[in-house]
Amino acid sequence: MTDNEPFLVTEGVVKRFGGLIAVNKMDFTIDRGKIYSIIGPNGAGKTTFFNTISGIYRADEGSITFKGKHIGRMSADAITAHRIARTFQNIRLFSSMTVVENIMVGGYTRLRQSPLDILLRLKRFRDEERAAEIKAEELMEYVGVHGLGNELACNLPYGAQRRVEIARALAVEPELLLLDEPTAGMNPHESEDALILFRRLRDELGIAILLIEHDMRVVMKVSERITVMDYGEKIAEGEPKDIAANPKVIEAYLGRGAASGLSA
Amino acid sequence: MKNSMRESLARLANHLNTGRNPYVVSISLLVVGTALVYLSPRSILAFLVFAGATAMIYFLRMNKTAKLALAVFVAVVLVPILGARNIFYLEVIFQIAVFAALSLGLNIVVGFSGILNLGYVAFYAAGAYLWGFFGSQQAFLLHEIPGTAPLDTPFLLAPEWFYVFVLLGIIVAAFVGLLLGLPVLRVRGDYLAIVTLGFGEVVRQLVNNLDKPLNLTNGPQGITPIQKPTLPQGVVDAFNAVVGPLVGNRVTPSQFYNIVFYFIALIVVLAAIVVTHRLDDSKIGRAWTAIREDELAATAMGIPANKLKLAAFAVGASFAGGMGVIFAASRTFVSPDSFNFMQSIGVLTMVILGGIGSIPGVIIGAAVVIILNLQVLQSFSLYLTQLRQSDAVIPILNFAWKDLSTQLDPAKYQRLLFGLILVLMMIYRPAGLIPASRRIRELKGTPDASVSDGETNGDANGDAPEEADDDR
Repeated sequence: MTDNEPFLVTEGVVKRFGGLIAVNKMDFTIDRGKIYSIIGPNGAGKTTFFNTISGIYRADEGSITFKGKHIGRMSADAITAHRIARTFQNIRLFSSMTVVENIMVGGYTRLRQSPLDILLRLKRFRDEERAAEIKAEELMEYVGVHGLGNELACNLPYGAQRRVEIARALAVEPELLLLDEPTAGMNPHESEDALILFRRLRDELGIAILLIEHDMRVVMKVSERITVMDYGEKIAEGEPKDIAANPKVIEAYLGRGAASGLSA
Repeated sequence: MKNSMRESLARLANHLNTGRNPYVVSISLLVVGTALVYLSPRSILAFLVFAGATAMIYFLRMNKTAKLALAVFVAVVLVPILGARNIFYLEVIFQIAVFAALSLGLNIVVGFSGILNLGYVAFYAAGAYLWGFFGSQQAFLLHEIPGTAPLDTPFLLAPEWFYVFVLLGIIVAAFVGLLLGLPVLRVRGDYLAIVTLGFGEVVRQLVNNLDKPLNLTNGPQGITPIQKPTLPQGVVDAFNAVVGPLVGNRVTPSQFYNIVFYFIALIVVLAAIVVTHRLDDSKIGRAWTAIREDELAATAMGIPANKLKLAAFAVGASFAGGMGVIFAASRTFVSPDSFNFMQSIGVLTMVILGGIGSIPGVIIGAAVVIILNLQVLQSFSLYLTQLRQSDAVIPILNFAWKDLSTQLDPAKYQRLLFGLILVLMMIYRPAGLIPASRRIRELKGTPDASVSDGETNGDANGDAPEEADDDR
């Protein structure tokens, strides 16, 4: 595991829906233990690109490799087993389950209990369940929803649900975490807390994070590298300060002519 | 006024349910129920009191060992003795046990993993016809026209094979479940319901028509006789010698079979409860719930949804398969009529009425539906028919029951009333009689109050109390 081993690499990824090209020839890389962001106006294809990486959609063309393995043809659950976890833009918790059970679902791929262990309640099963419960509690504490373990997920306030969703993704023990608009609907104070959490995930757990964000301030503060998408294509890539000054980006966000207007 | 009454009622209930009181309540209820059934073995009211007393073992706040002891006492001592006095009760309880197992199986598919299955009875048919074929003379009648069996045809297997075939029925039905599961995985929602409905019909039509070219199922006439396991020498006499004085009448061998099948069905139900409960409280059960709630999110958490749906189909089907074998042996007869669409709907009704996804719920659901259909509504329509034959007059309207036209035959109200009960239940208790609840865990970060709550709830989900319910 050297630093220059390729981590996540996509080459020429294309995703079409009928005649619509949602993602067009995306080349993208992210390195181990970094925070990268994808931004772009509504309908730019960011979430589609996410879904293609995480296996919910299958790319029509191109290749996706993770740590040297081709994951482009794998199912979503197999990709998760390779330690890529994700959250959803519109929170998708299992609403009739408690918070702690939601998080334990995230640990599915990490549990080795066989049907025989389960039916006979063998030691391996009991030990694993206890460990999974403790792990879930630790994760709850880590993301800051301590003490809510037995609440039903659907009864939590919005911000707490976002945190639980991140805890559930962390239970996968991911090396790469895909967060789809994690601060949407949060007030500035809450999104500030979220940023602190993202940095801790990177620095303490060594997890690489790929963010989709609308909120430019959030993106600028936390990302080491930003990719800008528009109409399914990558239109710019670079460090936050370069992106902020890129006329193509300004045009995509504010409309044609805006960039020239600004520079004039 | 109404509120204060409700409050004092709640206080009374709470008082009866604390400390030593629940033990007193539970035992005295059982004594009263037993005495009533013992003294008037034909009274439905007496049976209902007894059934209620048994159910209360589950609901009252007692420790697990006490509940288990009471449940075992009811199941092993009281039911056989009371049942021997009125064999019809054993029939009712046997049917409750059969349908409790079916409901538990369907509950895994519909309740846990959220796949609507309208052809569930097909798995029950698979088990029944498995023993129906191998436990009868059918194997020697492959080239005969249905109904022309020579009198001296031998049986294919010895009756003791029955026990092996209970296990085989479980395995074969699980396999059939996988077969149905495969095409079902490609469709979702409403379409899926239609596919399973079609599957149920296909199986029924198959057994209906497989009397040619080879006479495998004897067609619409059904297969009979099917063997029962033989009773060991002297068992009936021993039973009569030991509990005969208590029962008050001699039990014939054919009546004794009711007791035997009651115990066999009870064992299968207990196994089904343990399997269901343990699967539910494991990574498999969590994965099923996750798939039901949000399949996309579940796969994103690394859950292989298709594999787990197939597992749900196989496990759910296996309960029905085992019970099918037992059903075939107890009736000594199987025919396609026993496995029609209404049976699938009936099991689904039990699951929904009792509490979808809830283990004690679906057992209570099976008990309530069976008792309603076999006893309460039956006697209700009997009562109306008696009125009709008497000189009674409907008050106020001044209308003689006798003059009621045949289209309004009271015997027909039975189904109407059942439907009405279902409608009212769904309006006032949509989550069922005992709604499903997620397991509450003892976590270090939670306040004390919720922890102690968690303990009682955890107990309620344990194995012991549920056993109480299917003794009924």
